[in-house]
Amino acid sequence: MKILVCISKAPDTTSRIAFTDNGTAFDENGVQFIVNPYDEWYALVRALELKETQGGSVTTVTVGGVDCDPIIRKALAIGSDDAVRINTDPKDSLFVAKQIAAYAKDNAFDLVLLGKETIDYNGAVVGGMVAELLDVPFVSFAIKMEVNGSTATLEREVQGGVEVVEANFPLVVSAAKGMAEQRIPNMRGIMAARTKPLQIVEAQDVSTSTTIVRYELPPAKAAVKLVSADNVAELVELLHKEAKVI
Amino acid sequence: MPTLVFADNIGGKITKSSLEAVSYAASMGDEVVAVTYGNIDGDGGLGNYGAKKVIVASGVTTQDSQQLTKLVVQASTSVGANTIVFSHDNTGKSIAPRVAARLDAGLVAGATALPAGDEIKKNVFSGKAMAYVKVNTDKKVISVLPNSVGLKATGGSAEVESFSGDLGNAGVKVIEFKPTSADGAIPLPEAELVVSAGRGMKGPENWGIVEDLANVLGATTACSRPVADIGWRPHHEHVGQTGVAIRPNLYIAIGISGAIQHLAGVNGSKVIVVINTDPEAPFFKAADYGIVGDAFEVVPKLTEAFKAFQAAH
Repeated sequence: MKILVCISKAPDTTSRIAFTDNGTAFDENGVQFIVNPYDEWYALVRALELKETQGGSVTTVTVGGVDCDPIIRKALAIGSDDAVRINTDPKDSLFVAKQIAAYAKDNAFDLVLLGKETIDYNGAVVGGMVAELLDVPFVSFAIKMEVNGSTATLEREVQGGVEVVEANFPLVVSAAKGMAEQRIPNMRGIMAARTKPLQIVEAQDVSTSTTIVRYELPPAKAAVKLVSADNVAELVELLHKEAKVI
Repeated sequence: MPTLVFADNIGGKITKSSLEAVSYAASMGDEVVAVTYGNIDGDGGLGNYGAKKVIVASGVTTQDSQQLTKLVVQASTSVGANTIVFSHDNTGKSIAPRVAARLDAGLVAGATALPAGDEIKKNVFSGKAMAYVKVNTDKKVISVLPNSVGLKATGGSAEVESFSGDLGNAGVKVIEFKPTSADGAIPLPEAELVVSAGRGMKGPENWGIVEDLANVLGATTACSRPVADIGWRPHHEHVGQTGVAIRPNLYIAIGISGAIQHLAGVNGSKVIVVINTDPEAPFFKAADYGIVGDAFEVVPKLTEAFKAFQAAH
């Protein structure tokens, strides 16, 4: 089975979020970048598990500049066989999806796996776009995936519950919590990652369909109002009269 | 030019998040046409939120992203819509991106406000910031973050039209649907009131007081990640960065310290109440109201206070 895992760079979950240039650019100063957790913990690790039981290969693809190489090496250390970086600035989700779809089309993958969303732009849309551009089925928010020959059986989170579904390859799957457990790379993996192939691919020339004009931080939160544990009725009054939520 | 809205339903009942998407589209000012699938009774209540027409593809019975994409794309062509609105719920997230890719249209995923000029506001960095997005294409797809724009009933009703185009076969076969709660509780992403608890509860056997409080309020129960990971509570209750993101009107957090990853999933709540024994718990910094105290004393008292309030109002 030939698996492609989409890996994106994201700021660490504890990063302080700030902007520069009059709120038009994300301030990367002092920000630690990591592999987007959904891509790493769930998509990549499940891909490696499937390879271990079914045979095949796991390639990662990343749309980005040379600043993405450390997170690509991390994925290689965790266990992917090789990596591709499409060398361009990831301008918006449709732009990224077109780059990934073009590469996937040329290289005939059975399965494209990615995290359910990135923790920076939270769009949860690249997987569906890639599926449409490849004209293949898409299973979103998968929490379980088993493979039998050319058929996958999955559980996915839908409105109001969980659906058990079946689909044939080729297939695009977005992974949510439950698909796999995080793997910490070991020393052997880290050493091996240094020499695993990282291919740099030129980007497709496509237009950008959306532009972020500016960013804004939420207004500072007022200090918490503390209510005595001996007077919880006061809290109920505040929720009714002041906050007006009950 | 009309605005097209995709409306999802569970067993024929249009979801609340879809009705919000219809209200959002109606507030944009143009005529609203809704498109849905399956077995819908009349206009499914969509007219009451501003739809003038509802197109129903009754032959589609499962939520297959390929068939529903074809449905939305064909409906948008037949009504001549340039703007297509979805809810940014699990269904919208699986179809809106396909529709955007098919139409080569710019997509704003998770809009939190109506377009202002040519800018649409959305949350980024897990709610830690907002971005104003401009769509560069003539065709636009907008998915609306649930619980961010509210419902506006109009008292209207919609004309119903049945869809007759070819939608091909479903690429994904549904074997079974397992509802999250058999007892009809409101699912977390749609809940307006949520009562959540964490490790401070000391063990799963102590959840009775949390459930009592939730029952009195008619709230949905949730939990922190550690509690779901050690198996005290089911995984679908986990709210936070890697769990469910919620946007209720009221979030009551009991015995949860408030790690940044937890806050990322709940910072869309309108009002946050924190109950914790530790006055230094980071959650108090993100809270509107707080009680420093022992959950085992405070929570039953709070339940009684809500009961007394309800009796008096």
